[in-house]
Amino acid sequence: MTDHDDTRPHMPLGLALRGYTGVIQHLSTKDTDSALSDIELESRLIELGFVEGARVEVLHEGLVGRDPIAVRVDSITIAVRRREAMAIIVA
Amino acid sequence: MEAPLLHLALVGTPNSGKTSLFNALTGSRQKVANYPGVTVERKEGFFVTPLGRQVSVVDLPGTYSLRGRSPDEEITRDFVLGKASGEIVPDLVLCVADSTNLRLTIRLLLELKRTGRPMILVLNMFDIAARRGITVDVERLAKELGVPVVTSIAVRKGGTADLLALTDEISAKLATEPQENSWRALSVSELRATQREADRIIADCVSLPARPDTWTARIDAVVLHPVGGLIVLALILFVMFQAVFAWAQPAMDLLKSGFDALGELVKATLPDGLLQSFLQDGVISGVGSVIVFLPQIILIFLFILLLEDFGYMARAAFLMDRIMGGAGLHGRAFIPLLSSFACAIPGIMATRVIDNKRDRLTTILIAPLMTCSARIPVYTLIISAFIPAKDVWGFINLQGLVMFGLYATGIASALAVSFVIKFFMIRDYAPAPFMLELPDYKMPRLKSIAIGIYTRAKMFLQRAGTTIFSMMVLIWFLASFPQPPAGSTEPAIDFSLAAIIGKALEPLLAPVGFNWQIAVALIPGMAAREVAVAALGTVYAIEGGKEAAEQIGQVLATKWSLATALSMLAWYIFAPQCASTLAVIRRETGSWGWMAATFTYMLVLAYAASLVTYNVAVALGAG
Repeated sequence: MTDHDDTRPHMPLGLALRGYTGVIQHLSTKDTDSALSDIELESRLIELGFVEGARVEVLHEGLVGRDPIAVRVDSITIAVRRREAMAIIVA
Repeated sequence: MEAPLLHLALVGTPNSGKTSLFNALTGSRQKVANYPGVTVERKEGFFVTPLGRQVSVVDLPGTYSLRGRSPDEEITRDFVLGKASGEIVPDLVLCVADSTNLRLTIRLLLELKRTGRPMILVLNMFDIAARRGITVDVERLAKELGVPVVTSIAVRKGGTADLLALTDEISAKLATEPQENSWRALSVSELRATQREADRIIADCVSLPARPDTWTARIDAVVLHPVGGLIVLALILFVMFQAVFAWAQPAMDLLKSGFDALGELVKATLPDGLLQSFLQDGVISGVGSVIVFLPQIILIFLFILLLEDFGYMARAAFLMDRIMGGAGLHGRAFIPLLSSFACAIPGIMATRVIDNKRDRLTTILIAPLMTCSARIPVYTLIISAFIPAKDVWGFINLQGLVMFGLYATGIASALAVSFVIKFFMIRDYAPAPFMLELPDYKMPRLKSIAIGIYTRAKMFLQRAGTTIFSMMVLIWFLASFPQPPAGSTEPAIDFSLAAIIGKALEPLLAPVGFNWQIAVALIPGMAAREVAVAALGTVYAIEGGKEAAEQIGQVLATKWSLATALSMLAWYIFAPQCASTLAVIRRETGSWGWMAATFTYMLVLAYAASLVTYNVAVALGAG
């Protein structure tokens, strides 16, 4: 994985544009704006496969505010709002 | 001694093909009911194994974990743990996985294992996985997981043979000693560890090709395009409604002439009198006028089931999420609201996919404003009687335009109501997260579509046979008794109970332009909207004789003013004229209060809309 070495800056998936590919570094649900509690959001993200080391690719964006986004997570596609995707730190 | 009934439970993530496996195992031997105390649909089916063991299988709601964050998921958890009230602990749990997508299911299975229930992992859709170059070392997977693993192709004949054989084999060895249940809700770190373990096992046992499903990617490039996707969605909806109105017509005409012929036959064979009037005016023209809409209902459900099976519905929710968010609705509300165009009852039941309570409540409250198929008879009748079939701007049919306007008004007012709820009733509103798997596209299977349509058509016909039939009998009775005194010259119906009730209600409804015949028709219309048409038919038939029943549209055109007709249309956009919908709202919200709130706000809107429409129309000279 030479293209995803440690030199790549870490960023929240919620800011990634269409076409972005990266690897999940960690989940950080502390300061997101989500209606869910930190623990609940983290649990749900894990249940949908957003775990450390998973490869992600932003496949599609919605019309209004480029939101929500459709993200390829390893072998499945998940639709998620940018607000919640802010908790997923990728590089 | 015969072996006791073997109880199986199907557990799996959403989109794992659980339901198609259920259909493959049980065919049409299915029983749909509700779990006691909750509104989750309980689907049970029956089959016999090759060795002759009788099996009952329950299709549990799809879930990603046993945490139980919605009523559906709680049922799945309690059922597996044997805590669901009135349910037998399953002898064997079948954990169903989509073979092309094992990550989430393997994690669920590792969690399920802790419950100590005997279990089989069913690798469903194995053919699709093989076609994509995914290979699974089944034996090794079984060893790593400590659970028997079997492959299946639910949609192919004989595709479940291995599963059936394994079920026989395992059930023979069952009931040794009960296993320890060590399950408890997983913490975040345990959840993460379980997913890691699942990923490790998958890495060891499954070889994935680098390429994802190219067809899904190609279709999504168009269908999820920010602008193109919305155009495709609009086109799909347009074709759907076009189909419902245009394609259903020949079949509906056929049914209608069938019922007319039946009525004629009764008239010709039976002597004049009460029995003939009961059969022809009450039963045949009443129930017949409702059954005529079966083709439309089948078509709309055909579209909804096709889109669902194909995998498009999740995409529609994705496209509509932010747009509906502006009106305070969740993206997932799109599917229930779309179903409400067929009927608000399945629509309201489909709101269970929305896990936030407030979002769900808002959706339930506005679902009845979507123009359901039961309004179609009322709209069609009035439009064809009062709106000329001329073209405007050269190519748009005026009748179609009015129909479209009625639908659009329904949608617009639903959005407005939702907006009002968001602003005034639920102030501390934080949008619930929208997280949804977009499954790979799948060819819809004829068999499961057919089973789906069959169950819905059966429900509709049962309703026509029970509720609507009894209402028609009641209306005929009210309109026929008491009989006029001998030698009276006025129409017989003026002496009837119906006239007495209708005239008592008339002062209330006079401001919106309704006469006593409409008042009479609105009462049984509470049972089901479409009954109003049949009731009008019966009332005017008894009043005006046989030719009136056959040409009810023409009769209305002579008896009503245009203002009354428009007022009636406006009334039907809003009126809470459906006891079953109200009952479902009461059940789904678990509250009489919300049911009363829905009834009241819709009634107020209906009265206001009719009042405005009638007076404006009269002022413009249509009185």
